[in-house]
Amino acid sequence: MTAVLDIAVEHRLGAFMLDAAFTSNGRLTALFGRSGSGKTSLVNIIGGLIRPQSGHVTVDGQVLVDTRRGIFVPKHRRRIGYVFQEARLFPHLTVRQNLLFGRWFTPRAPEDGADLPMVLDLLGIGHLLERRPAGLSGGEKQRVAIGRALLARPRLLLMDEPLASLDEARKAEILPYIERLRDEMAIPIVYVSHSAAEVARLATTLAIVDEGAVKACGPTAEIMSRLDMARLPGAPEASSLLEATIAGFDTEYGLTRLDTRAGPLQVARAGLVAGHRLRVRILASDVLVSLTPLDGISALNVLSGTIAEIGERNGGGAIDLRIDCSGEIVVARLTAKSVAALALAPGRPVYAVIKSVSIDAP
Amino acid sequence: MTDWLSPEEWTAVRLSLIVATTAMLASLPLGVGVAFLLARGRFWGKSVLDALVHLPLIMPPVVTGYLLLIGFGRRGPIGQFLYDWFGIVLSFRWTGAALAAAVMGFPLMVRAIRLSIEAVDRKLEDAAGTLGANPFWVFAVVTLPLCLPGILVGMILCFAKAMGEFGATITFVSNIPGETQTLPSAIYTFTQVPGGEAGAMRLTLISIAVSVSALFISEYMARLVGRRIAIE
Repeated sequence: MTAVLDIAVEHRLGAFMLDAAFTSNGRLTALFGRSGSGKTSLVNIIGGLIRPQSGHVTVDGQVLVDTRRGIFVPKHRRRIGYVFQEARLFPHLTVRQNLLFGRWFTPRAPEDGADLPMVLDLLGIGHLLERRPAGLSGGEKQRVAIGRALLARPRLLLMDEPLASLDEARKAEILPYIERLRDEMAIPIVYVSHSAAEVARLATTLAIVDEGAVKACGPTAEIMSRLDMARLPGAPEASSLLEATIAGFDTEYGLTRLDTRAGPLQVARAGLVAGHRLRVRILASDVLVSLTPLDGISALNVLSGTIAEIGERNGGGAIDLRIDCSGEIVVARLTAKSVAALALAPGRPVYAVIKSVSIDAP
Repeated sequence: MTDWLSPEEWTAVRLSLIVATTAMLASLPLGVGVAFLLARGRFWGKSVLDALVHLPLIMPPVVTGYLLLIGFGRRGPIGQFLYDWFGIVLSFRWTGAALAAAVMGFPLMVRAIRLSIEAVDRKLEDAAGTLGANPFWVFAVVTLPLCLPGILVGMILCFAKAMGEFGATITFVSNIPGETQTLPSAIYTFTQVPGGEAGAMRLTLISIAVSVSALFISEYMARLVGRRIAIE
């Protein structure tokens, strides 16, 4: 099976050297890294806005760039949708004309991919059709930009920090639409972000970009819990991603009970639906470790497991550990002193006491 | 109206409008092309082209007219070629007046259009490219509509310059009533004969009225277009 996306490029931009390679089959591949790490250059190369000095780009088995064979498919023949950080809607056209812009140029294929009513419904922008971009809010603009890219029938969708220029409320407005996009459309997405929360919520595959290189690429939960990744400058704090099912509610105290492979969790969060699946994220710094089961503590969530790996001490004296809880990995951040005092070592059974669980779902 | 102006004066007004309109419309495609080259192109000799376009603006009009006479006259290299191959004669014809007016108005037109092309956000063009538009279509449906206000301003400036062009016109195609005698030439002729003051004043007023109308029309159209494409 050929990868959806296979890229290996070298490109020098002034003093900055991009030398990045990764392959991905994920439905949503996140490129995560600090600003200036080369994420945007990488998607610009995939989209055809930058011609790399050497390397290759293959999407769905089709070679788009191969400098050795002299292949460079220009951007208008790639069928790769691009949602930019700023919406870049055409100001002289109405929302409807913006949305259908790509349709003028894509060969009239037998009805495949998104059509207008479906996209309007998916993004909730049906009421904006006759407006002009100047009159839209930031969130509306970005939704129209996503619809415009979808309607050009892309085989891959690039999103370059589509939420970065929006405030928190607007972000919360758009995130569910991107989730629906990921789950309901058969278009793989490459998503650039420097927000760990966005990545934890959206990504199926995560690539960490640092100083022009892809340092790691793999399933999101695996990469986010990797201790060596957490030490990279600008990397997200090590954290655990658990797939959870909503098991029930404790109405008296306003708690929701979740089942995960690692064990049951309770969260103080209302508005969830029983039976739904969601992803929870636990930061390493929100986890304590105890050698014995504890009585008389306020934390509700305690998972038992064995230590799988002890990381190296970072500059500050903190150490991250991976705890295997029935096959799921929970990451904890302790001080080097505690690790020594408790004589923690791989294979030792421990209890992970979780102070807070964040739920990245509507 | 007709008894207010003499038939000769009417002829001069009509001729001026025809000459200026022709000059404006004929130089428009070339003006957009050159403006695009100057705004976007990277090629050897760009500054030479830039200087060449601007030359009529800084040279004495009479010099421009004389150069046109040498080049496009019946015995001039270009004039002879045009006559031999297409039967076109420019010297001492209204078409020659239109050519002189176009050459003089060209730098103003190119400047206005060039500025507006430079102001177009290249990111929008990139976005259009990722949506499948090839470079020609990007230009036609994104770049061109976005610099429409600048094109309108360029056209009006060219038209106004053409209406007022005198030195190059009279040098190149002389001052023949009914053929090459435009408004300014007619006014000049009136000032050269005794008792011509009234005629000169009438044509002067018409000249002012035409210029002011052109200005208002351009303002109005630019605002109309500007409102439609209010930048995000």
